[in-house]
Amino acid sequence: MTRPTNSYQLANAARLTALTLCHTKNASHIGGAYSVVDILAVLYMHILNINPRKPDDSRRDRLFYSKGHASAILYAVLDEMGFLEGYDLKSDFTKDGSFFTSHVNHKVPGVEFSTGSLGHALGVACGSALGGARFNLERSTYAILSDGELNEGSNWEAIMFAAHHNLHRLTLIIDYNKIQSFGRVEEVMQLEPLAEKFTVFGWHALEVDGHDHEALHQALLLKNRDQQRPTVIVAHTIKGKGVSFMEDSLAWHYKSPNLEQFEQAQRELQGVKTL
Amino acid sequence: MRNSFIDTLCEIAEADERLFLLCGDLGYNVLEKFADKFPQRFVNVGIAEQNMMQVASGLALDGYTVFTYSIGNFATLRCMEQIRYDICYHNLNVKVIAVGAGYAYGPLGASHHTTEDLAMLRSIPNMVVATPGDPLEVKAITRALARHPGPGYIRLNKAGERTVHTSLPNICSIGASFSINSGRHVAILAAGAMLIPANDYIQRQILPWSLLSFPFVSHLDKQALKSIVETHSFVITVEEHQLNGGFGSAVVEALSDMYAAGEIPRMPRVKRIGIPNQFLAICGTQEFLREVAGITFEGADKYVVVSP
Repeated sequence: MTRPTNSYQLANAARLTALTLCHTKNASHIGGAYSVVDILAVLYMHILNINPRKPDDSRRDRLFYSKGHASAILYAVLDEMGFLEGYDLKSDFTKDGSFFTSHVNHKVPGVEFSTGSLGHALGVACGSALGGARFNLERSTYAILSDGELNEGSNWEAIMFAAHHNLHRLTLIIDYNKIQSFGRVEEVMQLEPLAEKFTVFGWHALEVDGHDHEALHQALLLKNRDQQRPTVIVAHTIKGKGVSFMEDSLAWHYKSPNLEQFEQAQRELQGVKTL
Repeated sequence: MRNSFIDTLCEIAEADERLFLLCGDLGYNVLEKFADKFPQRFVNVGIAEQNMMQVASGLALDGYTVFTYSIGNFATLRCMEQIRYDICYHNLNVKVIAVGAGYAYGPLGASHHTTEDLAMLRSIPNMVVATPGDPLEVKAITRALARHPGPGYIRLNKAGERTVHTSLPNICSIGASFSINSGRHVAILAAGAMLIPANDYIQRQILPWSLLSFPFVSHLDKQALKSIVETHSFVITVEEHQLNGGFGSAVVEALSDMYAAGEIPRMPRVKRIGIPNQFLAICGTQEFLREVAGITFEGADKYVVVSP
């Protein structure tokens, strides 16, 4: 398998893999997969201190992926990065007896924590960051949340906790695609002013275009991180980004592409220039 | 019990620097000795039990042994999904400590009546559910669970309980039970602090009955159950918990399974004493509410039918 050499290649390859997985396995959540993939690509290509050959290395950075439903894209990224040597993701995804469940599973190499029930991973990331802070460990902790799951009260418990304990090595990235499970965020439960909410809760808040790799990279660099407060990156994204007929559509939270849709999406993605 | 717990935890923390204690803004006059001695390993996470379990999970992923402390329902029911999914599914080294078992906080009302926790927690895989019967069992169980590298639950009564054991009980493995009195025909199996009134009852009545403490509700001592059935025809289970799904249910399930598998020759008669699946919306001390709920041995010597 040829490994991607830059984050654009990684994101594009992962989009194509996730497309195949959702089509062949009749799986949902491709919309949320495509909104978060550029964030994952920049993290895995440029930011995370991890080693695919030693996924359990105790010094590794920790990424807690709360968007457990958008599993196909995380598995696809891990596969591109070399974590899944010896596994056949395209065959094993959601297959009877395999651990590639359609909500992420910590049995998969490189997956830090199983998620699927929303509102858990940020608090777990807080515990991880607290342990690191109390014992002066150098590592960084990241959490990726969807926007809709900010409805969960447990997240706000964790948001207060992180600021109170000055967990400055914790970075939260919100995949703000503006659509949740049964409607638009602004209709279901208004989040705005989102960055401001974090600021008044004691966080260092940034807003970026969540599909602009350069902007994401800059926002995630250690040197640009606040030295006292935890950082949140509100990443403005588009659900279904990269495939014209999937973009900004609630339906693609659920639908899996049929053959015609699969072929059209594949043509669009294969036409993307990745340098 | 809570003092026995914290004293034991401080002893363990002295020797094990990977032990953490989190609390949900409760533990006044109890946890200070730990917090003062080990400030780096103590966190009051605030009144946020879901996050307490999440933070505990994050710490445990790094190899820490994490104890969490709060009052009964807040430590358990409020954050049941975090216990199930974050702690138990990942098989993490987190021990949930709940104070205020059953009606221990009786006068505070139904919000503080911890009467469904055993049933809920014993249904979750990987969870070791322990309900110690006296302060010495608290000490032994705290030590045993600190050594056990997976999820655990300790249900504490409150403070000031008498001891039933005359020396520290020996727990060689999770799932131990303890014989308090060796008799015949009738065996009382007690879970948690009901051990104390059960012991008082057989002493007062001068009954030649057996009394055993079964603190591990999720991991019943099957060998002891087998021996009991061989030498007793009537079993009384007692718990300060709803009868639906609690300790008595666990005993009956185990006996039924053993009988079906041919491991015991017959089923004993089993009388379960507990709360008959109801809430109490009245004031009362722990003793009073136990009586009202029907957790009493009153008349037990009459209803017991001993087969020859």
